[in-house]
Amino acid sequence: MTQKPLLSLQNVSKQFPIGKKVLTAVDGFSLDIYPGETVGLVGESGSGKSTVGRLSLYLQKPTTGSVLFDGFDLSLLSSREIRKMRRRFQMIFQDPYASLNPRMTVQDTIGEAFDIHKLVSKKQREEKIVELLESVGLDQSHLSRFPHEFSGGQRQRIGIARALAVEPGFIVCDEPISALDVSIRAQIINLLKKLQKEKGLTYLFIAHDLSMIKYLSDRVAVMYLGHLVELASSQELYSKPLHPYTQALLASIPIPDPVIEKKRERILLQGEAQNSSNSSVGCPFQHRCPFAQAICKEKKPLFEEVTPGHFAACHFAKNWL
Amino acid sequence: MSQPPLLQVDQLKVSFKTHMGPLQAVRDVSFAIYPGESVAIVGESGSGKSVAAKAIIGLLSDPGVTIDGRILLNEENLLEKSEKEMQKIRGNQIGMIFQDPMTSLNPTMRVGKQILEVIHKHAKSSFKESKQQAIQLLQEVGLSDPEKRFEQYPHELSGGMRQRVLIAIALACTPKLLIADEPTTALDVTIQAQILAQMKAIQHKNQMSILLITHDLGIVAGMCDRVIVMYGGMIVETASVEDIYHSPFHPYTQGLLNSIPRVDKEESDLTPIPGAPPHLLDLPAGCPFTERCPFAMRMCPSHRPALFVIKPFQQAACWLHKKNP
Repeated sequence: MTQKPLLSLQNVSKQFPIGKKVLTAVDGFSLDIYPGETVGLVGESGSGKSTVGRLSLYLQKPTTGSVLFDGFDLSLLSSREIRKMRRRFQMIFQDPYASLNPRMTVQDTIGEAFDIHKLVSKKQREEKIVELLESVGLDQSHLSRFPHEFSGGQRQRIGIARALAVEPGFIVCDEPISALDVSIRAQIINLLKKLQKEKGLTYLFIAHDLSMIKYLSDRVAVMYLGHLVELASSQELYSKPLHPYTQALLASIPIPDPVIEKKRERILLQGEAQNSSNSSVGCPFQHRCPFAQAICKEKKPLFEEVTPGHFAACHFAKNWL
Repeated sequence: MSQPPLLQVDQLKVSFKTHMGPLQAVRDVSFAIYPGESVAIVGESGSGKSVAAKAIIGLLSDPGVTIDGRILLNEENLLEKSEKEMQKIRGNQIGMIFQDPMTSLNPTMRVGKQILEVIHKHAKSSFKESKQQAIQLLQEVGLSDPEKRFEQYPHELSGGMRQRVLIAIALACTPKLLIADEPTTALDVTIQAQILAQMKAIQHKNQMSILLITHDLGIVAGMCDRVIVMYGGMIVETASVEDIYHSPFHPYTQGLLNSIPRVDKEESDLTPIPGAPPHLLDLPAGCPFTERCPFAMRMCPSHRPALFVIKPFQQAACWLHKKNP
């Protein structure tokens, strides 16, 4: 792509102190996100995917590395400039029950964003709020209601309207559907797709539901214990995964079809993800990898482009081609 | 099937007393589970699936709850048993695994002791024998280093390991029926696949029946023989797992299948079910799915459909069965 990336994470690491030890949540993570695309970020709990989401909005400062938004290095900006910049990137949270203030009406929740950034005059305020509500499938009658009067799906719609209020270009969606009922999930996903088309939004979509990620994303990034292990276009990643971890993840997804499911042979991973606080030498996946060799224990594989646009961090990635 | 069913639920009704009148969480639910069979109850939150399971093992004994109907385990009605008799049945004949492995274990007690407690309660064996049995159980559910796990506290284990411990506890007395309420919802996919495979292996070995309660249609396809779909406290469809996925009859079942993306197929657009599930305090007199149903007819809001036979082993509670015989 010759386009300039909208968001660029360059060799970003984030460490958290735990007592005397240090936990490396994200380790040398680099990713460019281009305008108008949806990048899906998958990984198991503790893989650092939510931390990457927070780092890319500069809600947390990286320990090393830099975050560039539209060419500006966020670490060089003053906090006032950052706040101005925040208008352009927003977040949709996982839990629609916890992310809305229970004592504020819908009108106030959405209007607050207008007030902080002084976006609309008092006269236009209500009109604008109604317009936003309508774009997410709610209406005027919901204006003066409180969050507890809504169902989970409706609350998530309010959360989306709130994020859209400042007209951002980039939105991080951190597991926006995992707290919702199955029949409601597709409604929210289709709404996010529709809004992207209408407003030209760019998404970083964090989830552990691999089927949903495939449906929604243009490119998919897979994380394991703070490392980016594979990155490719959605179609490529699901048809030709090059990293053994991605392969195992895909094999673990249950398919809603009994005939396929009963015939399926799967490689089940052994064991569980080790805590990354004792970051050792070699590949982070070596302990669970069914194909681990001597070199995997000694040398950390580089994150390399194996075929055009398809990156993987595995010594043997080429063997799968 | 010529054998008598292991569990037979007959016209089960559960209602809770609330400030706003009685809330009917389960309405006229009937089904049977045969020995060695896996049956899934699929439904969204508020569909009554967990309440039905709790009624079966007798965990709904609060004064505000009314339970009607019959629950027959080996032809004995569990609803007529005293609490003392139920305690013998729970664990011995019916094992249960709950959704949340983080809160179902006692945090102040070593894992081993929690398993021993169950074994001691139901079998009179010496400490040495029981301990050996417990360690063997831990190994069977796929825990590495079972002797070490035996001495550990729950906080030292990961979510997946805790869920394995809970399965070990549920299986301690080799029950004939295992009720698993969302057993893998809190776990990562790779761990979920491991645990489901383990459960299947144990089921095969012990000739056990499983009642799996879940919202995830994906895991049902690989685990179960028959599926019961619940909506608004009622059974709306029941069929073999093949029929549910390949020729679903009820519009709700069809809607559910159309609203989940599939990783093995090329992209097609998702068709969500419009609207939201009904509130149980405010259920329509007729079919609970009417408001969201694309095929709703004039009679649907006022007349509640019974379960009609669509074809052998497939039943659906929908008036549409009359239209296309």
